[in-house]
Amino acid sequence: MMLTKRLIACFDMQNWMVTKARQFQNNIPIERAEMVADRVYREQIDEIIFYDINASAERRRIDLETVKKVAERVFVPFTVGGGIKSLEEMYQVLKAGAEKISIDSMAVRFPNLIREGAQAFGRQCIVLSMQVKRVEKSSRIPSGYEIMIDGARVATGLDAVEWARRGEELGAGEICVNSIDRDGTHTGYDLEITALISNKVNVPVIASGGAGHPSHVADVFQKTGASAAIISSMLYSPLMPRNYSVREIKEYLAARRIPVRPWVEE
Amino acid sequence: MIGVIDYKAGNAPSVLNALRALKIRAELVSTPEALRPLTGIILPGVGSARATMDSLRELGLIPALAEKVLGEKTPFLGICIGMQILMEYSAEGDTPCLGWLKGRVERFDGAVRIPQMGWNEVTFRRRDPILAGLPEKEFFYFVNSYYVRPEAEEAVLATTHYGREFCSMLAWGSLYATQFHAEKSGVAGLQLLKNFAFLAGGEHDADEAPHCLF
Repeated sequence: MMLTKRLIACFDMQNWMVTKARQFQNNIPIERAEMVADRVYREQIDEIIFYDINASAERRRIDLETVKKVAERVFVPFTVGGGIKSLEEMYQVLKAGAEKISIDSMAVRFPNLIREGAQAFGRQCIVLSMQVKRVEKSSRIPSGYEIMIDGARVATGLDAVEWARRGEELGAGEICVNSIDRDGTHTGYDLEITALISNKVNVPVIASGGAGHPSHVADVFQKTGASAAIISSMLYSPLMPRNYSVREIKEYLAARRIPVRPWVEE
Repeated sequence: MIGVIDYKAGNAPSVLNALRALKIRAELVSTPEALRPLTGIILPGVGSARATMDSLRELGLIPALAEKVLGEKTPFLGICIGMQILMEYSAEGDTPCLGWLKGRVERFDGAVRIPQMGWNEVTFRRRDPILAGLPEKEFFYFVNSYYVRPEAEEAVLATTHYGREFCSMLAWGSLYATQFHAEKSGVAGLQLLKNFAFLAGGEHDADEAPHCLF
């Protein structure tokens, strides 16, 4: 056996509620964060990520009480992101029980946040999350993927592959590639940018955005160097014709010889 | 009472949450005085060997820990960096460590992504009370760029593959250590913590006493 591929349940939170969006818009509240976390933990998810989606745009702090509630009932790693912009905030989120900090827009504004976070807490704590959008290839954006920030509202002029490499150099322990074009579309991950980035960095890469069927997850593991894949709509979105359990997805992957932590009867 | 060593670079709250979910009496500990009454000690760890050593030194915990663990043989569980610093030396930041066990800490090399991050399979080499209720192989969650190389082969309780075979769990008398994060390894990790608490005389429901499945 080798290191298994991870399935990560990712939830967008707005005022303690998990919400579901399409292309970063029109969020629908679904359920309290700790309840969702508890359920998906019992389903044997490998890892969980929470984004406090308005914390960044509204320039307010992460809801630490919710982080604590999740940490009390979830015994797999979980990551928290959303507007974190100082070492002090990182420290508070980690002490509230999260394993990792995800930084995105703030890392673009203040790249030293990656370096300082990695130095203070270890690089394994720092997930560089990036919102990538397909654009015309140009001398400025040679990969044809541009980094966007603030809920995909603001273009940065940064090339996605270049930013990923820079993030790794600065000390990110993991890179999460979120495709804005695929977000909430259920048409599969953007394999091209996931492959480009996972070939260019040596830290683990998380594929994100677009999964709607277990075959999409199999594709991203078979066709790119992704170490982990984010599934969210598949698990719980009411916008899907049907949802899938963690067990179904894992059994689908295992049947295709993709190494996963097996689902076990309890 | 089990004490979870709380220091700036650690993830003590995660370990405490796991123990509390198991209804095991435990507290965070960060002074030499608070160590004395403990029947079991868990040293969690994330981050770097140097930051962890510095932090333990600042808190003045090192002599008291050595006395409790090496002197009084209080059951001890080191996790991740809490395992690595038991060795004499870590290549991470060229750091002298506790040296409770002879050996070194080396960095993964070759073609693997670093850090190793995720669930990997742990193969136990022999039976041990801390493994009660666990099968011979089990998946646990790892986050590490470095691994321990103890001199004494008999201290190796379990191994795992990541580019190479490495020691993923140590057992030496009442001294235990895991490279994986038992507190973040779902049901299997909780079982291991529960077994440790049992060894450490922690509060435990007698009906649920673990029994060996080997």
